[in-house]
Amino acid sequence: MEEGKVFSQSVEQSAAAYAIIHEKFGSAVSAFDANETMPFFEVLDVSLWRDIALFMRDHAKLRFNYMACMTGMDYQAEEKLGIVCNLESLSLFNHRLAVKVKCARDGGFIPSVACVWHTANWHEREAYDMFGMLFTGHPDFRRILCPDDWEGFPLRKDYKVQESYHGIKVPY
Amino acid sequence: MQELDTAGLGSIRVTRKNDHTVVIEKDLATEQMVLAMGPQHPSTHGVLKLECLTDGEVITQAEPFLGYLHRCFEKCCENVDYPAIVPYTDRLDYLAGMNSEFAYALTVEKLLDIEIPRRVEFIRVIVAELNRIASHLVAIGTYGIDLGAFTPFLFCFRDREIILGLLEWASGARMLYNYIWVGGLAYDVPSDFLKRVGEFVTYFRPKAVELCNLLTKNEIFVKRTMGIGIMPAEVAINYGWSGPMLRGSGVKWDLRRNDPYSVYPELDFNVPVPDGKLSVVGDCLSRHLVRAFEMEESLKIIEQCISKMPSAEGFNPRSAIPKRIRPKAGEVYGRAENPRGELGFYILSDGKSTKPLRCKARSSCFVNLSAMKDLSKGQLLPDLVAIIGSIDIVLGEVDR
Repeated sequence: MEEGKVFSQSVEQSAAAYAIIHEKFGSAVSAFDANETMPFFEVLDVSLWRDIALFMRDHAKLRFNYMACMTGMDYQAEEKLGIVCNLESLSLFNHRLAVKVKCARDGGFIPSVACVWHTANWHEREAYDMFGMLFTGHPDFRRILCPDDWEGFPLRKDYKVQESYHGIKVPY
Repeated sequence: MQELDTAGLGSIRVTRKNDHTVVIEKDLATEQMVLAMGPQHPSTHGVLKLECLTDGEVITQAEPFLGYLHRCFEKCCENVDYPAIVPYTDRLDYLAGMNSEFAYALTVEKLLDIEIPRRVEFIRVIVAELNRIASHLVAIGTYGIDLGAFTPFLFCFRDREIILGLLEWASGARMLYNYIWVGGLAYDVPSDFLKRVGEFVTYFRPKAVELCNLLTKNEIFVKRTMGIGIMPAEVAINYGWSGPMLRGSGVKWDLRRNDPYSVYPELDFNVPVPDGKLSVVGDCLSRHLVRAFEMEESLKIIEQCISKMPSAEGFNPRSAIPKRIRPKAGEVYGRAENPRGELGFYILSDGKSTKPLRCKARSSCFVNLSAMKDLSKGQLLPDLVAIIGSIDIVLGEVDR
């Protein structure tokens, strides 16, 4: 967090929550991005993501028990895919924090947190369906919105729709 | 007589008698059967398919299959300008278009740094709350139909028609409004609109009680819903539930109160949570009751908005709308309390383009439905219909 800048109360609460995580995991997490609209940090060591998630859920001063949203992302310029998780502590604390996890664009994988927050189960299936990153340790890993035999991952920036699907012309 | 096969315990036969006593017999082997419910089934409220593994009449596993109504909302958003996304948001939750537009407009405005005129805020809240009542009326009416009560449905649709008439008068469309724009409104409300809304509130207040009693004092309805599909509060939070579903489990959480937006902090209303007197906390009946009681709270909000509304003199609903909507670079997660729960939008803007780099809709129904597998385990097949109905899904929002 930059010195001498005035931040709103909610950002300061997020920063305090981040400080606890940073103290425990050190260089595995990036610096805190204290913007007003969505304060976040990034998980630099992807293999620790599940540990960080469990720590965030169970630590007595954090208790991030509610995953509001998980968004799949395509960072085309960085050659990476990723997820953005919006976490908060429902009816316990007021802090909110977004976490970014990134992986390689081809064959990249992210540890699944479906065992930490049940709601991540379908969110991760959707992120895989649309972007194609793999979630290791997911209990029921398959597509969710597109058919199982659909080719490609529609929300990637370089996605080209398939010519035909079971003899049906796709682009119209 | 129902039979249930649970792992490790051998086969169990569960018999429920009329006086609610349950007889459990062990070690009775039965054959499992796969039963596909949907995609075309009246009680799935759209095109949802549930593949049920049944043992006698007991469900051992119900797996939802979705995507039949997937219309690539997020891909479309990346190809159109910010204001052009508003009509698409109507088509997410088509029973509560105003609320969806409201959530989207709020999210983009967070990135824009513009001040919204107060009259716009009040009009937005009025139409959103009217739409919430209309949506709950559909939820309650169709829930009655699911469980065999046809009359409440007709009453609900009669009153919903009045609301749709009012909203059509304001916006020009019955369900897909395109009325709440980023930074303002499409039009001001017609001159007599607030008077008519006031008349509707007076008319509807006793009707809401009557409708509520038609179902909650109906012995058959209560027996079919009470104690069915119980969800404990901690599990509900872990599943990301929101809206009436979460409140049905006894968690007092309403985004209009807990993450206030627009003019809601100025308004006085309660957040109804079941107290366990009329229902078992967390069951299907609790979720139904929360919706029924919420209509009354919405009426309160509308009344207050009418009395606090600034005058229309010199008012231009489009005055705050930027000529070219190009938000600053950054990302935002904005959300609002929809009739079905938390509708959130995650938007990533690069600061140069008039189109979002990424726009994700966090759908409340999608998340609520994800608990289906756990919720239906060990329930009777007819109770599955009661559980789906209580989740109140709109497949347009589930599949996007």
